[in-house]
Amino acid sequence: MTWRDTLWTALDAVRSHRLRSSLTMLGILIGITAVVLTVGIGQGASATVRDQINELGTNLLVVSPGSSTNSTGVRTGFATATTLTQADATALTSKVAAPDVEAVSPVSTASAELVNPTTGANWTTTLTGTTPSWQTTRSRGAVQGRFLTATDERNAAAVVVLGPDTVTQLFPGVDPLGSSVTYNGVKLQVVGVLANLSSAEQAASNDLAVVPLSTYSQRLVGGASRNSVSSIYVKSTSAGTLSAAYQETNALLLNSHHVANAGTADFSVATQQSILAASNQVDNTLTVMLAGIAVISLLVGGIGVMNIMLVSVTERIREIGVRKAIGAAPSVIRRQFLVEASVLGLAGGLLGVGLGVLGAVLVPEFSDQRVILSIPASIGAIVIAVGIGVVFGVYPASRAARLAPIDALRSE
Amino acid sequence: MPTSHDVTSPAVVELIDVGKVYRNGELEVAALRGVSLRIDEKEFVAIVGPSGSGKSTLMHILGCLDVPTSGVFRIVGHDAQSLDEDVLARIRNMFIGFVFQQFNLLAHMTALQNVELPLVYAAIDPDERRARAVAALERVSLVDRAEHRPGELSGGQQQRVAVARALVTDPALILADEPTGNLDSVAAADVLVLLEELNADGRTLVLITHERDVATRAHRIIEMRDGQAVDSDHAVEVVRRGGRV
Repeated sequence: MTWRDTLWTALDAVRSHRLRSSLTMLGILIGITAVVLTVGIGQGASATVRDQINELGTNLLVVSPGSSTNSTGVRTGFATATTLTQADATALTSKVAAPDVEAVSPVSTASAELVNPTTGANWTTTLTGTTPSWQTTRSRGAVQGRFLTATDERNAAAVVVLGPDTVTQLFPGVDPLGSSVTYNGVKLQVVGVLANLSSAEQAASNDLAVVPLSTYSQRLVGGASRNSVSSIYVKSTSAGTLSAAYQETNALLLNSHHVANAGTADFSVATQQSILAASNQVDNTLTVMLAGIAVISLLVGGIGVMNIMLVSVTERIREIGVRKAIGAAPSVIRRQFLVEASVLGLAGGLLGVGLGVLGAVLVPEFSDQRVILSIPASIGAIVIAVGIGVVFGVYPASRAARLAPIDALRSE
Repeated sequence: MPTSHDVTSPAVVELIDVGKVYRNGELEVAALRGVSLRIDEKEFVAIVGPSGSGKSTLMHILGCLDVPTSGVFRIVGHDAQSLDEDVLARIRNMFIGFVFQQFNLLAHMTALQNVELPLVYAAIDPDERRARAVAALERVSLVDRAEHRPGELSGGQQQRVAVARALVTDPALILADEPTGNLDSVAAADVLVLLEELNADGRTLVLITHERDVATRAHRIIEMRDGQAVDSDHAVEVVRRGGRV
């Protein structure tokens, strides 16, 4: 029997048991859809991380107060201590001590309720006190008006630059430039609006209010720790000098904080990439979990194929007998059932990839999850589906092949 | 038990002291107890006997559908016990044509596809396959029903399709197991005439029946009784020498 005839016979058998065939395919279909979507979501997540790196720049260091581990091995809260000061930031700008550092911007943040005194609209946002170099370290400037200037910083000027989302909340449909907002009774003049960051995960960065650090610490928040900062952004001169800048920053701060042992440092320096790598790892864990679910559903689908093929062998025992009587060799019968099982697998796989593609189009419509379809993964999924058909078809097929022709013919 | 045939001509099938025991749990049932017979080329042999006499078992052994538990069964000189399933499948395909009481056509295929099926297993190319299947259907006068499924045909027509399927590979041996058992007398007569024509063409025909008047049309009658083959009676020998009644 030729392969063409075998395939034709298998298609015929699949077609003549439509309901049963489609239920069998359903199991495979769900598994393959899960595989395609899992891979797509995983790739979407890592693409998002890549975009974030590109958007923030790869040559960025973040210095946070507090250390990972103190001298007794007890983990202290990351970024909770108030050990970083504006003086540290100033020291890092030294071209002598840190030649590979291009820009330094200390940042202090607090949650703050801003009010539009004209309309009475109020909105809680992140109040960020920083210096003009923030533009350089965060690669982000004002699209309307201007960013903070050195003069603002020197004079502790009552000015503010708003994020685009904050503008939408406080000044809906109105040009905010020249207007003012109040925080705790202090009137701040809006001098600029920040550029919109596009990637979905950066949405929080579009809602903030940036004020000069001097204004922040002297007029707005103040308190005992007025000279401490939440973090210091350090930008190296290029991606290639990042590690040199890291060394310099670390050495300079250890020295100025009088820490002899680097293990007991009261601050930590992280690269933007290491932070993103951590979030990437979370995504990977999620992907592995989803892939596990996909594998289980494929396994269940495969058992479904085996079950149906066994039913099919029992049901068609007489047909098998007739085929054997007129000259079908056991190997031919085995091949016929194997091909039938793989046709079911292939059809389920193709439909599964189709549904996966549909899901990849629909998921981003209803959530902010990005899905990137992978062609190799889709082809791989189809190959897996056919493989499942073959593997789980082996047992039913060999049972059909082993049937004695007379036993098969005799059964009613 | 050897017959008085010319021993120099080749035997199509030959059984020497063949036994067949079915095991059903603890119970052993001997369906055949030492059957010896030989069927030659171009013979028309009827196998008769009451149900349970072992005639179907004999038929299955002759058709290589079942193997004896003792004795020797030779088909065109080959000891069937020494042949593997693949070779037996090829013998069934090329050398034997089956006609069953239940027709045994595949319900989801057209008459033409059913007739083509043995040629599919013989790996004959589609054009030749079709031509030969059409010719076989012409032979049984059913070429106008080629695209009908078995369910759309009468019993007699279905059996004629089965005859077409049996002859499409041009086999030397036709085995018919109660071919008229499920047919009315007109359809039965048609099928018998067809089978006799195939025999007249030079094919060996072995026909199982419990109807005496069908059996008497054969050249020779083998009567099965309680698992043993009983020599044909004198009257049948007369029939054999004289051809058809």
